[in-house]
Amino acid sequence: MGKLLIVGVSLIYLALLFAIAYLVERSRKKGKSIVNNAWVYALSLAVYCTGWTYYGSVGRASTHGAEFITIYLGPTIACALFIPVLQKIIRICKTQRINSIADFISTRYGKNFSLGVIVTLCCVIGIIPYIALQLKAISNSFHVITASADSGSIGFWRNDSFYITLIITAFIIFFGTRSVDASERHEGLVSAVAFESIVKLLAFVLAGVFVTYGIFDGFGSLFDAAVKADMKHFFTIEGEHSYSNWISMILVSMMAMILLPRQFQVGVVENTDERHLKKALWLFPLYLFIINIFVIPIAIGGTLLLGNSTDADTYVLSVPMHFNQSLLSVLVYIGGLSAASSMIIVETIALSTMVSNHLVLPAMLSSSYFRANSERSATRQILLIRRASIIVILLLAYIYDTFIASYFSLVSIGLVSMAAVAQFAPAIIGALYWRKASRKGAITGISVGFIIWGYTLILPSVINAGFLSPAILTEGPLGISWLKPQSLFGLQEFDTLAHALFWSMLFNTASYVVVSIYSKLNAQEIFQADVFIDIFNAETIADRRSVWKGTAYYIDINRLLSNFIGEERAGKLLASYVQRHKLSVDAKEADPRIVTFAERILSGVIGSASARFMISNITKEEQINMQEVLSIVRESQQVLELNKELKKKSIELQKATDQLTTVNEQLKKMDSLKDEFLYTVTHELRTPLTSIRALSEIVYDNPDMEEEQRQFYIESITKETERLSHLITQVLNLERYESGRQKLHLSSVDINQLIKEVIVALTPLANEKRAVIDFHIPNSMHIVQCDRDLVRQVLYNLVSNAIKYIPHRDGKISVAVFAEYEELKIWVEDNGKGIPTKLHTLIFDKFFQAHNQTLQKPEGSGLGLAICKRIVEMHNGRIWAENPATQGIRFVFTLPYNT
Amino acid sequence: MNAGSINMKKILVVDDDPYILMSLEFLMKKSGNEVMIARNGTEALDIIANNKPDLVLLDIMMPDVDGYSICKHIKQTKELKDIIVVFLSAKTHEADIEKGYKLGAAKYINKPFSTRELMKDVKELLGQ
Repeated sequence: MGKLLIVGVSLIYLALLFAIAYLVERSRKKGKSIVNNAWVYALSLAVYCTGWTYYGSVGRASTHGAEFITIYLGPTIACALFIPVLQKIIRICKTQRINSIADFISTRYGKNFSLGVIVTLCCVIGIIPYIALQLKAISNSFHVITASADSGSIGFWRNDSFYITLIITAFIIFFGTRSVDASERHEGLVSAVAFESIVKLLAFVLAGVFVTYGIFDGFGSLFDAAVKADMKHFFTIEGEHSYSNWISMILVSMMAMILLPRQFQVGVVENTDERHLKKALWLFPLYLFIINIFVIPIAIGGTLLLGNSTDADTYVLSVPMHFNQSLLSVLVYIGGLSAASSMIIVETIALSTMVSNHLVLPAMLSSSYFRANSERSATRQILLIRRASIIVILLLAYIYDTFIASYFSLVSIGLVSMAAVAQFAPAIIGALYWRKASRKGAITGISVGFIIWGYTLILPSVINAGFLSPAILTEGPLGISWLKPQSLFGLQEFDTLAHALFWSMLFNTASYVVVSIYSKLNAQEIFQADVFIDIFNAETIADRRSVWKGTAYYIDINRLLSNFIGEERAGKLLASYVQRHKLSVDAKEADPRIVTFAERILSGVIGSASARFMISNITKEEQINMQEVLSIVRESQQVLELNKELKKKSIELQKATDQLTTVNEQLKKMDSLKDEFLYTVTHELRTPLTSIRALSEIVYDNPDMEEEQRQFYIESITKETERLSHLITQVLNLERYESGRQKLHLSSVDINQLIKEVIVALTPLANEKRAVIDFHIPNSMHIVQCDRDLVRQVLYNLVSNAIKYIPHRDGKISVAVFAEYEELKIWVEDNGKGIPTKLHTLIFDKFFQAHNQTLQKPEGSGLGLAICKRIVEMHNGRIWAENPATQGIRFVFTLPYNT
Repeated sequence: MNAGSINMKKILVVDDDPYILMSLEFLMKKSGNEVMIARNGTEALDIIANNKPDLVLLDIMMPDVDGYSICKHIKQTKELKDIIVVFLSAKTHEADIEKGYKLGAAKYINKPFSTRELMKDVKELLGQ
């Protein structure tokens, strides 16, 4: 295809990216965030799939079979395992305004300059070849699709991919350095990256569908053809070190998923909402799964159709071209361009932030010239530095691609980069969970790991490229055989990557742990450890923890912030902070909290170490001893917590007091009721006691009284004694029911049967009065859940009461049972003289009889009906008295009943 | 019984409890006086009006008219106010007792009481 066409298509595609980014930024300014959703977040994570994935996976599958999949298994496993780690990292970065992985590590270990430098250098050295690889992918695909020869090192200005790189550079500068605050999100850029993820997925899947279904008849026929051609390496794990290789690749890609600067950028810095993480952690693996479905089919198809004549790395593109599918070919080319460019964009942004904040700015800050001139727009200077960094990084990558890359094997560059950033893993994990982890430990660990990485992975490439004597590989440096870069200490069981990873991680972790254990932490390190490790509970305290003594002037802080983020924004931020915390701005000296706040804002712009440095410049008096500050902070924190605790306690106490007052009042009320009850009870007890005493004294004092009279008196004494004990029993029963101490022993009781029993028991008494107790037994059984003994008592009381009040001779009592909706009604009716309607409720009061004796009182305690009422109510039933049609009274009670 | 004796006084016993009433009737008769009984307040007022007693043994808690009201009636009625009122009650609170004396009772005896002391008190009050 014509070069002009392809260049034109490329330009149109890149213009489209510009448009998307621009529109998103514009709508964000209007307050609408398109980026703020989990789908965009997940798609932006897919920046993980680079041009290397796009073209290289097929290439690697063609030679190594299924092994390529390890690079995607790693992140998939990581998604499942690292949720809490990621959550913690995101929360820390948001609250501390951390904007890169170098910033993260240096902030955690005491806001240290040198750590930032080391991490940045590692990233730059480790990642630039990786960016170069993307440029290579772009130019390679360009040459394939235009069927032109690689212009190579003839002169980069004549290289067509150079112009594409230039456009990408412009894009990054335009959308990546809009705001000086690097911790602020680049929404336009992220949405463009998300869009690119869709494009590369679509293009790759289309190519796969074309190969699988267009050329072959689906997966079955494709695999059959492969088997016939004896290409079984696609389906097996083969090779000398294949298992160690699989494991090491999975491990390294697991770590890369978070630690690669671009992954840290999209996954952490650009994250808009922590909640997106949950959804993204299954969407992202799904994306990886889909994009890998057709890798093996394309590899098989490419091998079968094109054979070794074509570079396997270009199968994705060359197969459609082979079949003259121009449209598909252009689409696939665009997909590759999107995969490569998105990686370049994000990686460069991340690296440029690190380079400017951790390499250039610290150097400038320490120069007196800059400090003298920093009064004038620092914002512009920082943006300039960042733009320059972007250009330098891309230039370095371009130079690497053009002049150096050809000497090295390109295939493993991605893995080598991943192995480089893997060196941050121990320091990062320790940062989150290990309080004893020290700055010295982190510096030692990362340095040692990185040196071994270079020695075992980079040195062999350099030697293979012919820059150094191959004897170093075969004999060892200076003939020391246990120092051979590819079999350190005689370890030969692993392949190159596994070998390098094993030794670098081993020494890295070991030195990190050992040095940390033996080094003394300074105050800033302890402080930062607390902030990081306790991020989920210390957040609110963070503001109160003021490390700065109030020696900075408000006006200085305002000026400093204005320099870096602009006057308007600085004013706004400070004002809202002051308002939110109700601080005074009238004082010349700023509240320590404002100083801390300013430092945090500044961290987002220039990194924490530089921010600390700038702030320390405007605090006029000497900074007080950190250890002291720390102990003060801790103490006041304890006091604060104690205070909080006390306040909580006193609130609880107040509540308890209120409750007690209420209870007390209730008790008082109950007490007076109880007093009254007791008084009535003793009164009621005194009555039979009086007659017992009087009668017995009479009998005793009058031996000469008539025998018949004496007999009667003694009989009366017995009766009164019975009455007394009955009364006592009733009082105790009632007391037990009312206090709630009486438990119901529920069982299924046939009420009809129970009534019959009670009637039988009372028949002798009824017979004395020649009364008839009538009970018409219903046809059906009435089973009720109740306490048999208590309900029996109710029936007994009612029936025996009736017997008491019916006239002699023609007394008639009738008992009846009715099943009604959800309750059983039992009534006991007599033909006595009845009870006036106005008393129908009062008769259930305790000792009503005693207080109001229009009723004749032959016997009884005055508690019977009160007891009945209590028992019925305990069963959730009701009891009342009503007038029957004829003379007499009818007592009715109900019990809950399930038909 | 020598109903015509000069020293013989009329005693009214009022109580709603049949056994107590029975005991008091026995005791008062034994003291050699004329005894009338009332089972409630209404009966008591009736007897007092028609057959003025010298002394009333008066229960307080009765369903219709309580003992205090009867005492008050006696002490407020010119022709009756010299009747000696003795309360016999299970109400043992200080305040109840005080109320009884304030209404003009000669004695307030708590139930249960000693029959011997009651006899002594009655004889004393009647000057026997």
